[in-house]
Amino acid sequence: MNAGSRSAADGPIVQVRGLVRRFTLRGVLNGVDLDIRRGEFVALLGRSGSGKSTLLRALADLDHEAQGSGTIIVPERLSVVFQDARLLPWMRVLDNVVLGLKGPDARARGLRALGEVELAGRARSWPYELSGGEQQRVALARSLVREPQLLLADEPFGALDALTRLRMHALLGRLSAVHKPAVLLVTHDVDEAVALADRVVVLADGRLAADMAVPKGRGGRVDLADAVALRRRLLSLLGVMGLRDRTSVSDHEEKLTIEQ
Amino acid sequence: MNAPVAPCLELTATIAFEVVPLDCAEEEVAPAGARKARRLGRGDKVALGWLLGPFLLLLAWTTGSAAGLIDARVLPSPWATVATAVGLIRDGRLQANLAVSALRAGEGFAWGVLAASVLGLVAGLSQLGDYAIDGLVQIKRSIPTLALIPLLVLWFGIGETMKVTVIAISVFIPMYIQLHTALRGIDVRHLELAETLGLSRWRFIRQVVLPGTVPGFTTGLRFGVMGAWLALVVVEQLNATSGIGYMINLARTYAQSDVILVGLVVYALLGLASDAAVRWLEARVLVWRRTLAG
Repeated sequence: MNAGSRSAADGPIVQVRGLVRRFTLRGVLNGVDLDIRRGEFVALLGRSGSGKSTLLRALADLDHEAQGSGTIIVPERLSVVFQDARLLPWMRVLDNVVLGLKGPDARARGLRALGEVELAGRARSWPYELSGGEQQRVALARSLVREPQLLLADEPFGALDALTRLRMHALLGRLSAVHKPAVLLVTHDVDEAVALADRVVVLADGRLAADMAVPKGRGGRVDLADAVALRRRLLSLLGVMGLRDRTSVSDHEEKLTIEQ
Repeated sequence: MNAPVAPCLELTATIAFEVVPLDCAEEEVAPAGARKARRLGRGDKVALGWLLGPFLLLLAWTTGSAAGLIDARVLPSPWATVATAVGLIRDGRLQANLAVSALRAGEGFAWGVLAASVLGLVAGLSQLGDYAIDGLVQIKRSIPTLALIPLLVLWFGIGETMKVTVIAISVFIPMYIQLHTALRGIDVRHLELAETLGLSRWRFIRQVVLPGTVPGFTTGLRFGVMGAWLALVVVEQLNATSGIGYMINLARTYAQSDVILVGLVVYALLGLASDAAVRWLEARVLVWRRTLAG
């Protein structure tokens, strides 16, 4: 089941065992096991309400009030990118990026990180002066400047328009290739998951219902036919009906997102 | 549950660029004499337009006085009032009383802001402090400050201490409430961010909590300034021997309505000036906030 088991020598950096989380009456996570290897990009898919964010918040240790059990091992250096950029409005862009960083070279590192997201010129801007996509790039810089071993991203592009989202995909793909953090990307966009991740896991009924490696060809490019097949399997796992009947060739070029 | 299938993005863009301008062009060359939409808005804005009302009042006052329609004992004419003001300034009475009033209000204001800041921070930042302080303030809030005056007179006499205390309490209550609300209402998303960034408690307070309460603090300042002037007017009616209120009270005894009028104008100017000062401060410390007016 675990696609990562082939290279067990490089031990997992994230280990989740028997994770259970409950809210009032309903169980949201009913025993989740998940390993993520060093530098591995994992996309976590699931329908809305399936507990994707609950799992991510458990990994980020943000669920202080949650009821549940299980063990979680995560690396020390961990960054979170939220769906909203969460920039502090009273701090200029660079100050937001280096918030909480220590060391005399913090600002230089912050500027470098802003350069990586192509916003070096906006270091002195106020957050409200940036577009939504630019704000999310600042948030990405704020996460990457900490050189995280694990990057947790909770639908980071969900609030962006389609064109900006595509550009952000390219940026995140590029940056994760350079910095090589392990990434857990929570998303409901199957295409986003297939395009970016090495591995896709699907959360359903409080458990991991599927764990699939994304077939990558030379240069890390996803083979179109493989991607279409994988996407179809994922969509049916997510309970999107009627798509199995669609066989027209034009299908391959369409952009599909799951409606919530 | 069927996922709607959107056409590829490049295609959409091409269509949009080619078709939409054509559509627009067609609609713009509508035949002459076509129906014009009736404008239902409030009309255009004019700079300084708000001065129309005050100007009309001044006009009515001037013409009424000149025509003899207004009894000078009820309402002296504008020119008589100006002459009185000039006279009061010339013999130094206005400045002396103004200085006393401003000092009184300023002293009470300073104490009120200080107390509100200290107690507001203690109650807003710690749960124990909240239990110790907030309940008391909420009880006090239900008693109008001016109703405390008899008790304060018994405690502090009718001198400056009582007057400054009343003003300080009048400033303290709204300021404390604004500050406390701002501290309690700290955005939980910012709290989560601070936790994931591993901020220390001190850094969290200094870089996240306190800057976030500045808007509440400046709103509190504006309420506090209003409270200070209101309390000043009341305490200066109480056996004062100096101050604008004293000047007004004395004028009432001698039926000098022109002096009363000058005093009221001074109160208005003080209120406007202090509110403008707080707004100026607000604009300086809240540059990061996008406002509708900005």
